[in-house]
Amino acid sequence: MPSAATWRKITTIILVHIAFVALWWGAVIIGDIPAYILPTPLQALQTLGEENYNWGTHFIATSQEIFGGYILAVIVGVAFAVMFTWSRRTDETLMPLLVTLNMIPKVAMAPLFIVWLRFGVTTNIVITFTICFFPILLNTARGMREVEPDLLDLVRSLKGSQWQILTKIQFPGALPYIFSGMKVATILAVAGAIVGEFIQSDRGLGWFMLVTQEALNTDAMVMALLLVTLIGVVLYGIVILLERIFVVQDARVE
Amino acid sequence: MTAAPFISLKNVRKIYRTRDTEFEAIKDVSLNVMNGELVSLVGPSGCGKSTLLKILAGLHPHDGGEVQIGNDEIPFDPSQDIGMVFQQPLLLKWRRIVENILLPAEILGRPMKESRERAIDLLNMVGLDGFGDNYPYELSGGMQQRAAIARALIHDPKLILMDEPFGALDALTREKMNLELLDIWQSSRKTIIFVTHGIQEAVFLGTHVAVMSTAPAEIADYFDVDIPHPRDLNTKTDEKFGTYTRRIYQLLGM
Repeated sequence: MPSAATWRKITTIILVHIAFVALWWGAVIIGDIPAYILPTPLQALQTLGEENYNWGTHFIATSQEIFGGYILAVIVGVAFAVMFTWSRRTDETLMPLLVTLNMIPKVAMAPLFIVWLRFGVTTNIVITFTICFFPILLNTARGMREVEPDLLDLVRSLKGSQWQILTKIQFPGALPYIFSGMKVATILAVAGAIVGEFIQSDRGLGWFMLVTQEALNTDAMVMALLLVTLIGVVLYGIVILLERIFVVQDARVE
Repeated sequence: MTAAPFISLKNVRKIYRTRDTEFEAIKDVSLNVMNGELVSLVGPSGCGKSTLLKILAGLHPHDGGEVQIGNDEIPFDPSQDIGMVFQQPLLLKWRRIVENILLPAEILGRPMKESRERAIDLLNMVGLDGFGDNYPYELSGGMQQRAAIARALIHDPKLILMDEPFGALDALTREKMNLELLDIWQSSRKTIIFVTHGIQEAVFLGTHVAVMSTAPAEIADYFDVDIPHPRDLNTKTDEKFGTYTRRIYQLLGM
């Protein structure tokens, strides 16, 4: 049963969101803002009833890109970090290169990916992956290194294997850092998918925003934006939930 | 006929080398420790006490002399027979206390059912009964250090190496832990090497005291502490106690 403090927190979260929507609504009405500049929340919501908009298709496409690219980045990022920790030589050889690659504005890679892979959901998954991969890799690698040397001595004095050190000490010790990287990557994942769709696509909420912009259907654009945000919030919520399950309160990196 | 020593160090030397510098940490250390003794290793900071401990633990190679642990009657297996306690408890944050205590047993692949029973017994022995299911952060520093001692005993090693285990505790807790360590030592009959820079602590705990000089270290003095066990706080006002501590103070030029 959640405590009183938890309930107060939940209530605050709900109230502040309601307040924001109210403020938006109030501003539109009081400022007499035309709907093509900024629709009311209700006007935005009403566009969901418009069947021509194919909301389902776009919502699913963008979700696939965000979740697909993100999950791939978590798996590959963590795997690379483990490899770097495992072999010092790999770390010394590849890390400088990765630091340079990290400097490439990943967004600017998107047009190239589209040239190489042609546009589509898969390409946008790759773009999302590229942008999410580095923070997860770097955070995980850092977490794996943040082990007390004395603790390693303790395991080594028992002639523990490198595998035991990895599975019993380094990996669980790195979990808070992995989650910290994953939290940063959630925001990037949403941005990555949308950028891919902006550049070239034939579906997805980002692409849909460009299409509706031409017709100045601002209400639909705003609704698309809300839905993208919703996907991001759901992703973030899942990550937070997993963190709560897998990381002891004391060890969490805020 | 005199029994063979459990630990025999002859002219042990240790040099740390980096690319262009050499640092002689230990110049010449010879020491015999009988089975079941509690030897306090005392000396100024950076005198190579910890280095000597690491050589005993098989973590660092030595550059000269002989290190022999175990004898015909009491064989010594370097992977099974060492328990270590450090200045920091170094408990794994994500494991409950009992799981922390079980770590060495896991690494050595000991049967878990028996080890778990032993862990419960050890929790009682170090005064942590009922705390097995707590996480480390829920315990005070002194309690965490007790858990670290229990962890060092779980695999029933013959030699316990302690590197300033109570150095991070407040004075009162430290006194209490000293008394408890004596109890643990008397009931377990382990050979203990206890590194400290607390002179009073060294005399109070040790059956013998080895005083080390500043680096490059040598054994500046080695003597029996002729105060019978069990000892209690009255020991500290014993005339002999004062004589021993003064002897060390003088040696260290204080």
